[in-house]
Amino acid sequence: MPHSTAADLITPSSPLEEDSELPDAPPHALDVKEEREGDNQKELEIGVPVREDLKPDIKLEDLFDDVDDEDEEFPSSGATTGMVESSPPAVPIALAPSAKYTDPEVMLAFYQRLFPFRYLFQWLNHSIKPSNDFGHREFAFTLQNDAYLRYQSYPTGDLLRKDVLRVNPSRFEIGPVYTAPPRDRKTLRKSTAFRPMAKELVFDIDLTDYDEIRTCCSKANICHKCWSFVTMAIKVVDTALREDFGFQHIMWVYSGRRGAHAWISDKRARIMDDQRRKALAGYLEVVKGGAQSGKKVNVKRPLHPHLARSLDILKDHFQHDILEDQDPWAEPEKAERLLQLLPDKALNDALRKKWDAAPGRSSASKWADIDSLAKAGASKTLDGRLLLEAKQDIVLEYTYPRLDVEVSKKQIHLLKSPFVIHPGTGRVCVPIDTRRLTKFDPLGVPTVTELLGEIDDFDGQDLKEEDEGKKIQDYEKTSLKPYVDYFRTYVASLLKDEKGLKRERIDDDAMEF
Amino acid sequence: MIRQDYNRIDPKRRSTLDHKKKQFAIPTYKQQEYPHRLNLYEVPPTAEITLEQFEQWAIDRLRILAELEACSFRNKTPAETAAHITPLLQKWLPLHSNTSSSAGAQDESLKLERQKDHYSHFILRLAFSSTEDLRRRFARIECALFKLRFQNDDARERQAFVESLQLDWEVVSEDEKRSLATNLANATPGLKQKEVEEGGWFKVDFETVPELVESRRVFLKAGKAYVPVKEQMTMVLAGFNERLEKGLELAARAFPRLDEDDRLTPILNHLSKNFATPDSTLSDSDSALSGATINAASIDGLSQHFPLCMRNLHMTLRKNSHLKHFGRLQYTLFLKGIGLNLEDCLIFWRQAFKLITDDTFNKEYRYNVRHAYGDVGGDAIRRGRGYSPFSCQKILTEHPPGNGETHGCPYRHFSIDNLTTLLQTTGVNDRDVLRGVKEDVEKKRYHIACNRVFEFAYKDDIKRVKEDKSWGAAELDTIVHPNSYFKRAYMLSTGAKAGAGESRGDAMEL
Repeated sequence: MPHSTAADLITPSSPLEEDSELPDAPPHALDVKEEREGDNQKELEIGVPVREDLKPDIKLEDLFDDVDDEDEEFPSSGATTGMVESSPPAVPIALAPSAKYTDPEVMLAFYQRLFPFRYLFQWLNHSIKPSNDFGHREFAFTLQNDAYLRYQSYPTGDLLRKDVLRVNPSRFEIGPVYTAPPRDRKTLRKSTAFRPMAKELVFDIDLTDYDEIRTCCSKANICHKCWSFVTMAIKVVDTALREDFGFQHIMWVYSGRRGAHAWISDKRARIMDDQRRKALAGYLEVVKGGAQSGKKVNVKRPLHPHLARSLDILKDHFQHDILEDQDPWAEPEKAERLLQLLPDKALNDALRKKWDAAPGRSSASKWADIDSLAKAGASKTLDGRLLLEAKQDIVLEYTYPRLDVEVSKKQIHLLKSPFVIHPGTGRVCVPIDTRRLTKFDPLGVPTVTELLGEIDDFDGQDLKEEDEGKKIQDYEKTSLKPYVDYFRTYVASLLKDEKGLKRERIDDDAMEF
Repeated sequence: MIRQDYNRIDPKRRSTLDHKKKQFAIPTYKQQEYPHRLNLYEVPPTAEITLEQFEQWAIDRLRILAELEACSFRNKTPAETAAHITPLLQKWLPLHSNTSSSAGAQDESLKLERQKDHYSHFILRLAFSSTEDLRRRFARIECALFKLRFQNDDARERQAFVESLQLDWEVVSEDEKRSLATNLANATPGLKQKEVEEGGWFKVDFETVPELVESRRVFLKAGKAYVPVKEQMTMVLAGFNERLEKGLELAARAFPRLDEDDRLTPILNHLSKNFATPDSTLSDSDSALSGATINAASIDGLSQHFPLCMRNLHMTLRKNSHLKHFGRLQYTLFLKGIGLNLEDCLIFWRQAFKLITDDTFNKEYRYNVRHAYGDVGGDAIRRGRGYSPFSCQKILTEHPPGNGETHGCPYRHFSIDNLTTLLQTTGVNDRDVLRGVKEDVEKKRYHIACNRVFEFAYKDDIKRVKEDKSWGAAELDTIVHPNSYFKRAYMLSTGAKAGAGESRGDAMEL
């Protein structure tokens, strides 16, 4: 029995790590277990790796390194072949760069070695000690065959990790905390006893909602130019959430392809009911209307302080990101759209005449023309205030965040977990550090295959140091490190505040007696 | 009466009953007093009333609620609603202010009025606690009634009432008010400069004023909403609504434990069944069309009889070979309502989405269609036959269309130019009709606009059935459901008799 042999070899080397309840880089013992559960098939095909039995110090990964190299399914690259030759083989994953991110093995390796389950657990649990905030939480898995598995729940983060490794979903989503563990919902005597209690307040920004105003890309594609829409949106929404609503624990997460999600973990936000979520979404929603609605921003005057502030934030973006980069009114048909949004007919006629005379005039010039013609007195009926307001509305229509508000309105809405892999791009859904928001590059976010490659490279170089010093976690060997570090710091501050809340509550109780 | 409110279990009050000291003593409750005209209905009634009173009071209140709901369906303005309801209130559920009597709150007839109001509310609370749907409806109309009464209340008494509520409001200091003056003025529409500076301001958690937050009519800072005294009503209403919803849920949980079945239960069941209004599911008979073949292939032909909202969805679907989620939902349910069965509906969508593969369709869309028909999803017992087709009310008020979405009501959600273009492409070219529609839309009377177009499109048929008297007035009442529109349109154009299968007018079963 090859598995028992391997396990025996490993166990003595890992007692220390067993203490940590949720290792982000999994201890070896766990690896063995999972392999035993999940990968029987592969093992059988390959047979018993006898050689390793003779070396007492051997690591389990080494064992699999060889296994993988022998495996026909994984044509190995030059680098890994070299490894096999060198005496203590240290490459644990040995996935060829050609391996696709959708391969189940790639996903499994990612969950095993890189996914920060420990911090995810703490983030959802709001404390180190497992509580109902985590135990009653719904997880929903999308399996490799695209089946969708709802109402999963786990008492601890460790059990979540085990099940993720067992099921190996292509991605998973996070739902609300219910009155009972979602898995047990059918055992409850009354179905009404099972209902959602709390969930992070969430927001979803998706670039497809900008299709009518972005000129650079459409549908699922993005580039740096259109990512600036998301940057502006994050700035505006983040500021409003902090200043107006007083929320502090806001995490923005790249959705893996063309958008971003916000998760607000303040207690006050978590316990909001649907009506209040709807109110909050309504407060932030400015660009309204369907395909046929005409003018989409119609805000009251005087501008609400939130809008005045947003306009202030967005002004520079409008000049640079919209007028220059997007150039939305370059062609005559598109310029017609701009004219539709302006209030004065005589001015419009003058503008149209001017633009027809100079085809190919840029949007920035056209935007400037509005004011210069208005000042030159092109229209006698012109109302300066109306024109200014229309211009403000236009700036908002082209820059103000377009939120998918349905996501925010319902407690029960499921949203993709941070750090899972986007199935279309292979990119990790990493948190966005809002202090360095403008530096965030969605196209530079590491893909799962890159990350696994980085572990290999690292292990190849720094073998000796690793042996001497403290064990380096796998994520620290990769470009995922800054993101996990950010997540860890974020979660730590959340936990700190949450602890304060709890103490307050206990004090309150004490006073009543 | 029934113990259903946690507020009842008030340790302080209970100790005054002294039931432990006097064994077998009948608990004597403090006699309810009604110092104010308005009531937040926090404490359930405890005195005895006769069965006749029980039933009569409930029925009287129900009349008012039904009328109120009808007003909201007809899209009446608050002023119109008040004008319509006030005489009815006088007749069935009068509630006078303290000043109306020389004895003030001590007047016996005033006490009686208030008692009736109090008891009837709690009886209906029981009757409408059984299902989520009923609860929501009841809460909505009770809130409307409360709002109406609150607005008509004598200013001084209203102030006294509000103060008696002891809500948790913090007064904004003069200094803070001065430093925030510009923001307060800009955030709160309809206030004069003087009111901003001299009026009172409260600081409350933003959660207590969701309405103001949603419509951006209040200044927010660090989680606090700065509310002018004028907006008190919103907050009181929010408080009323919240308490009522909680109370209804408690009632729902306590109801099965009400150990009694031959005296009150039949009355309560009867009450909840007779709460029939247009806002409910279509009855079966309303969807059955005699003589029409309804399958995936016939939808194109039938779509000429669809109301504008559905016609727009159909045309968009044919143009783009795709519809977004809410568009699919609205259209699927409508098709279900006209009698398209699930298999045909799946065929219809599969063929319509001709740019995608079978695989994608099965993965991403099939489930939603089946879900709408109640074929999959959730709890098999509770899901029943899936969702009911959307009424105009629902289409007008819920989920307004967002970017790239084409659902909703064209009269409400289209700009007037786009609406006119759409109407013209569907063959409505008559200038008078278009002008009428424009006026209706400006007055926010979307139903009327839609009915106007209906009457124009089928004017010859309507004239015919009126002349030969085959259709009565009830069958030609205002349309408030897309499916009734289609049904009526189809029958008119095929010359069918109105009686054939149509449940009368708009009174559909619950």
